[in-house]
Amino acid sequence: MNTPLLKVDNLRIALAGDGVTYNAVENVSFEIGRGEAFGLVGESGCGKSITALAVMGLLRRPLSLGGGRIVLDGQEIQDAPAAEMRRLRGKRIAMIFQEPMTALNPLSPVGKQIAEMFVLHEGANWRDAMDRAEEALRQVRVPSPERRIRDYPHQLSGGMRQRVMIAIALACGPDLLVADEPTTALDVTVQAEIIDLMAELCAAKGTAVLMISHDLGLVANMCKRVAVMYAGRIVESQVADAIFATPSHPYTQGLIDSLPRLGERARRGRQRLTEISGVVPSIQAYPSGCRFNPRCPAVTDVCRSSAPDITALPADGLVRCHHHG
Amino acid sequence: MSIAIKLPRLRLKGGMSLWVGGSLVGIAISAAILAPWIALTDPVMDANLMNAEIPPGWEYPFGTDAQGRDIYSRIVYGARISLSVGIISQICNSLIGVTLGLTAGYWGGWWDDLVSGLTNLMLAIPSLVFALAIMAILGPGLVSLVIALGLTSWSYSCRIARAQVLSLKSQGYIQAARILGYGDLRIMFTQVLPNILGPLIVIATLGMGGAILAEAALSFLGLGIRPPFPSWGSMLSEARDQITTAPWLSVFPGLAIFFTVLGLNLLGDGLRDILDPQSTTRRT
Amino acid sequence: MAESLLTLDDLAVHFMVGSAFAGGVKTLKAVDGVTLEVKAGECLGLVGESGCGKSTLALAIMGLLLPTRGLIHVDSQQISGSTPPDRMAMARTVQMVFQDPYASLNPRQTVRRTLADPLRLHGVNDKAEVEARVMDMMAKVGLRPEHADRYPHEFSGGQRQRIGIARALILKPKLVICDEPVSALDVSIRAQIINLLLELKDEMGLAYIMISHDLGVVEHVSDRVAVMYLGRIVEQGGWQEIFEDPRHPYTRALIAAIPDPFHRAAATIAKTKAKGEIASALNPPPGCHFNPRCPMKADVCVADAPFLGTVGPGHLAACHFRDRVS
Repeated sequence: MNTPLLKVDNLRIALAGDGVTYNAVENVSFEIGRGEAFGLVGESGCGKSITALAVMGLLRRPLSLGGGRIVLDGQEIQDAPAAEMRRLRGKRIAMIFQEPMTALNPLSPVGKQIAEMFVLHEGANWRDAMDRAEEALRQVRVPSPERRIRDYPHQLSGGMRQRVMIAIALACGPDLLVADEPTTALDVTVQAEIIDLMAELCAAKGTAVLMISHDLGLVANMCKRVAVMYAGRIVESQVADAIFATPSHPYTQGLIDSLPRLGERARRGRQRLTEISGVVPSIQAYPSGCRFNPRCPAVTDVCRSSAPDITALPADGLVRCHHHG
Repeated sequence: MSIAIKLPRLRLKGGMSLWVGGSLVGIAISAAILAPWIALTDPVMDANLMNAEIPPGWEYPFGTDAQGRDIYSRIVYGARISLSVGIISQICNSLIGVTLGLTAGYWGGWWDDLVSGLTNLMLAIPSLVFALAIMAILGPGLVSLVIALGLTSWSYSCRIARAQVLSLKSQGYIQAARILGYGDLRIMFTQVLPNILGPLIVIATLGMGGAILAEAALSFLGLGIRPPFPSWGSMLSEARDQITTAPWLSVFPGLAIFFTVLGLNLLGDGLRDILDPQSTTRRT
Repeated sequence: MAESLLTLDDLAVHFMVGSAFAGGVKTLKAVDGVTLEVKAGECLGLVGESGCGKSTLALAIMGLLLPTRGLIHVDSQQISGSTPPDRMAMARTVQMVFQDPYASLNPRQTVRRTLADPLRLHGVNDKAEVEARVMDMMAKVGLRPEHADRYPHEFSGGQRQRIGIARALILKPKLVICDEPVSALDVSIRAQIINLLLELKDEMGLAYIMISHDLGVVEHVSDRVAVMYLGRIVEQGGWQEIFEDPRHPYTRALIAAIPDPFHRAAATIAKTKAKGEIASALNPPPGCHFNPRCPMKADVCVADAPFLGTVGPGHLAACHFRDRVS
């Protein structure tokens, strides 16, 4: 773990507005070791998805990379030319999306779409590639893969489509899998299966995972370390167990307290849920100082005037709060 | 907070075409309204064979026609007829089309099949040919012209309205209105119609240009406005024989049609950008 | 409190899908023999995954879909396949809060109009009274008076959901169907809306049907819970029985599927998890609909459909092994 597989350093993502440029994401740094599962958690608009797109080299106008470094396996890729990034995507870093239907080509059988990866990235011939595609479908536990290989995406259920996406993503044995809300569109029982499948396959192949989600519980279950983002910044990063045991940022604390937890009512009776007051700020109107300050129960003057620095926590954790430590 | 950012973009988006189109249409409409004051002579009565076919100059800016009538004055008065044909016939078309499209899309079933079939039939027959047939029955004249044009091109607004209703029907607020006990007609007119008005206004504006052209074509064929009353089409029709000897007779009415239709089309484009539902109802 | 507000008696809603030419007409049994009761002032949690028929059930209760079979009693009204309800009376009895706060408000109507129009439609003609009731309702859901003349796009998702709740309550209904009321909202906003719904329930004496796939939310708000699978109720009972002592393997699978970061080891007991995917309601498996995914499947599950049998006071489960599941 001395050279991390992916190192994101001081990432800044610019959003071009009318004559003004906003920082949609800033000061975002994290590292993912080989074979490690890392979770990035936050609400809609916090910048977690565009951070993932930046890693993939897929930022499009009005978004652009404003600064910082993205290092994959010792090689800086933030300024890599488009052709180089295309070669990397699929082969070394792969991505799965929330809605598999939009990410799959509706006019092509799923087997062909998997086989295409072998042809494109490994120069395999189509006959071998199709055999390997069938094997890949078997690995993601699609029942009777020899028949499913000829099915079109619309003939599959949501869960099956997401399995196909995983098969495509893992086809060429990438070092890093970026999963952006991979189960949000799925039913809960199917979600559990897909998460188990991803965890199992990535562990078997030694693939690292960058998991993006709004569901802290889901991410904590799958990932070793978790970072919480709020309004474009990472506010806390800890080992998954520790983030629930000792949440250090008031926002993380608020998220954990505000959700009704299964079994809680039986243990303690119905308590009023702890609310986080206010609303999520929009990119155009980020508050000054600590961006959580208008909603924070522990706010003081310093929170309004200056942005907090990083405070180190045990086990490589960090928190960005004036009132910690 | 989001409004502050949206407004400047709107102005940019509507932009040039809205301003240029609006100005051209504005000029045509003011000419029509102010005709009695800005015309130099009476467009019908002031015929004087002594002044026949004088080329454009200081006294007659656009020249005179074979009867010695001032072309400029006739164009200014002609705007009244051309524009009112365009506007009235488009109002008829919109009323028919929107009513049919709205009800067909909302109710569905056999009524939808019927309306859709009728729409396809109308689209299959060129509307000018259809208008010609109606004119042939009703005989020439302003009223029959408006009727012919007002009954023949509602299929576009009908299609647009129906498609919009179909996409809106499943929205939560339409459902909510049903649950609150709103009647079907009330839902159509208070919940659906205000949200589909944008594209319909655009279609109506573009259709107005089409109607003015159709009026010109029918009048050119002698089926529209009877001489001596001026409309831009009838003026072109009368100028047909002198196109080589006195080209100004056809050039100026032609330019009037050209700029008005261009203006309406630009205006329609500009409105489309502003009224685009995405720019006003999309979350940011 | 014990009076019954809503009873469903063997309710079924079937649809004909497909055409006579291509593949033939099939019957989609979206809701198939549901018997349920909601008492005044009670919250019934309705749990199920996509395609289980909960949305169809909601539409039928509101009188927007007529039953194919069975009866619905709402308050004093009776709905059956041949007797459609009086929509105006229904509107004053049953209302709905929608999932998507963006699509569920008319973008061209101010908050005032959204709330005042239904009042006028239902015969409140006195201007002062309409205004007073609108303002009162806005205050109840936590909106400020100056919000009255704003349009939906000027509000955040959470505030929009407050407007949606105000619209559902403006006619003072007795039963409110909440269709996934928080799942489209930001995580940090959800607690606000859940607390608000619970406060309003006590304040106005409302009964809720809380449709949700989020078991944490359902456990928190419900008095009783019904679990649906492919058009049928597979288990129902008090919230404590359902969550502490579930007797249907599907209910157990749902609970096992929730990631519990506080008890990570307990969540991964493989044998309680469901395998595979939900079958299509067009072509449900024979016998017990859950049998292809069930870890306890036996021959009898394919042969016979289990009935909803009593396993405890007010606790019913439709499983052949309801007494062995634990």
